[in-house]
Amino acid sequence: MSSIVEDRLRYGRTGGRSLLVPYLTGGIRPDWISYLQEYARNGADAIEIGLPFSDPILDGPTIQEASDRALRRGVTVRGLLDEVARAEIDVPLIAMTYYNLVAHSPSFCGDLAAAGIRGLIVPDVPVDEALPLAASAEAAGVELTLLAAPTTPPDRLAEIARASRGFVYAVSVMGTTGARFAASGGRLAGDLRRLTDRPVLLAFGIATHEDAVTAAESADGVVIGAALMRRILDGGTPEELGAVLAGFRTALDASVR
Amino acid sequence: MTEIALPAPAASVMSDPGSPGRFGDHGGRYVPESLIPACAAVEEAFRDAWADPRFRRDLDRLLAVHAGRPTALTPAWRLSAELGVNVLLKREDLAHTGSHKINNVLGQALLARRMGKTRLLAETGAGSHGVATATAAALLGLSATVFMGEVDMERQALNVYRMRMLGAEVIPVTGGTRTLKDATSEAMRQWVTCVDEAHYCLGSVMGPHPYPWMVREFQRVIGDEARRQCAAELTTGIPDYVVACVGGGSNAAGTFAGFADTGAQLIGVEAEGGAAIAFGQVGVLHGFRSYLVQDENGQVAEAHSIAPGLDYPGVGPEHAHLNDTGRARYVTVGDAEVIPAVRRLARTEGILPALESAHAIAWVIRAAESGELPPWSTVLVTLSGRGDKDVATLMAAS
Repeated sequence: MSSIVEDRLRYGRTGGRSLLVPYLTGGIRPDWISYLQEYARNGADAIEIGLPFSDPILDGPTIQEASDRALRRGVTVRGLLDEVARAEIDVPLIAMTYYNLVAHSPSFCGDLAAAGIRGLIVPDVPVDEALPLAASAEAAGVELTLLAAPTTPPDRLAEIARASRGFVYAVSVMGTTGARFAASGGRLAGDLRRLTDRPVLLAFGIATHEDAVTAAESADGVVIGAALMRRILDGGTPEELGAVLAGFRTALDASVR
Repeated sequence: MTEIALPAPAASVMSDPGSPGRFGDHGGRYVPESLIPACAAVEEAFRDAWADPRFRRDLDRLLAVHAGRPTALTPAWRLSAELGVNVLLKREDLAHTGSHKINNVLGQALLARRMGKTRLLAETGAGSHGVATATAAALLGLSATVFMGEVDMERQALNVYRMRMLGAEVIPVTGGTRTLKDATSEAMRQWVTCVDEAHYCLGSVMGPHPYPWMVREFQRVIGDEARRQCAAELTTGIPDYVVACVGGGSNAAGTFAGFADTGAQLIGVEAEGGAAIAFGQVGVLHGFRSYLVQDENGQVAEAHSIAPGLDYPGVGPEHAHLNDTGRARYVTVGDAEVIPAVRRLARTEGILPALESAHAIAWVIRAAESGELPPWSTVLVTLSGRGDKDVATLMAAS
């Protein structure tokens, strides 16, 4: 089975280059696809697309607000995937959503793959509950990425590192998306990199160039979500957000690992 | 009271769901990785405490001297005569704070203290669980933070004041529909940030394992007491029907647990506007798999009931399993039947039931009048709470 997400991220990190993965809430604005294109042009190694759910239990106020706004626009998984399928975006796409939406459709993973989305993150499916979903993802050619947290004990961390596909998603802080970046993330990423050769991305609370550079010292790269979504909620255009991402790219490239 | 020999409980019905926390296909532990160690710690602590006679003795004593247990089993004489069936009421409305909620929070607060926690977090819809949590926290010297939807805070301003009087911090939840389901999500989000010092005191038989099982065990005092009281009250020993209202389903689970191994028919009464078993599909929310009211796209729907305690789009996973296996039957009652049921019980028995509990009464009235309940069959109804909190709603409806 090909591993589009993992291969691309492994390639991206060659020579110590740091990976940069922006997050976008699908359907946040009618022109949401343009943000994906801007991110792809401005240094994204992959893009995480949030499929909005009514009860996003791991999201802080910013991404909750973005999800609510998208849902009020009437977006559906089906509609969002149709738009993605028609778009040309030449970096790997990863869906992030909650298990109720995944379990709602028996063809969920197949539909993702058909739309060109080859990665999946479901934060309310921990490794113990992941088996059925991992099987249907694999059958559809979708890489199911698992999350690790600062409180995860060592034996579970090893299990997560083994079972995760694409990369390992290291949650930097005991909190929700958009929380303040914490040093606990560095320790977690370091532990994970000793356990696996898979790319390890640090996420949650990475808001500034300094946060990103600090995070990239211990991980293969970063996911930036709430900090970008805040700007979009405040009216930032696709071009403006592309420039913001380019700024992160430059900061990461300038730092020596 | 004479000690009667009970048949051995059937191992498969309402037993320990084991470490995966499964009731058939339902239940589980669908929470973010950050909460997994905390849930595992609650499970370990609960298993240890529940097997410890000292913990059981401490809890029994609190239930007796603070909560006022055992609660009465009241024969509803005049209602029975009118309906032609023998109705017995298990009076959780007489428990301290006015409902069965106190049984669970005293158990969880004692457990939290045993785990070395100093703080309780809770969600609340109408405020009953919030008030009970604030009460248990005050009693045991813990601090309490209660999450409540902004909409519910307006509707239930008196309960907000009660919680604050008891020393709890009440935090408005402004996301989503600003009701119970959003308050539950927010309590779980906040728990992630303070797992070291805080215990999440979940209010019903829902959430990630071990909560559905643990809360049922803390509530089974209702069913265990009623079983002994029925044995003394009824010549047959066991009622023909055991009826309770179901939102998340904690009073029903506690009641059913006392009768699961008997021949009694178990009936759960859902509110029409939040009837997860009747109208929902299997889904995953707040850490567990069960029936869930959702739209055609898989977004969770907002529940609507005149009874705020039944305003939850999901239902406890064990109820989903009892439904699937046929051990319990779930029926629905609409708002229109509820207020007449409140009036009828008030005027025949001098008992003003909570709107939630009135759903169970309404079904008994309907089933007796339609002949579904055979003449002079015995019906145990758990009256989960008192109606004082609903007086404003009743005034507005009259």
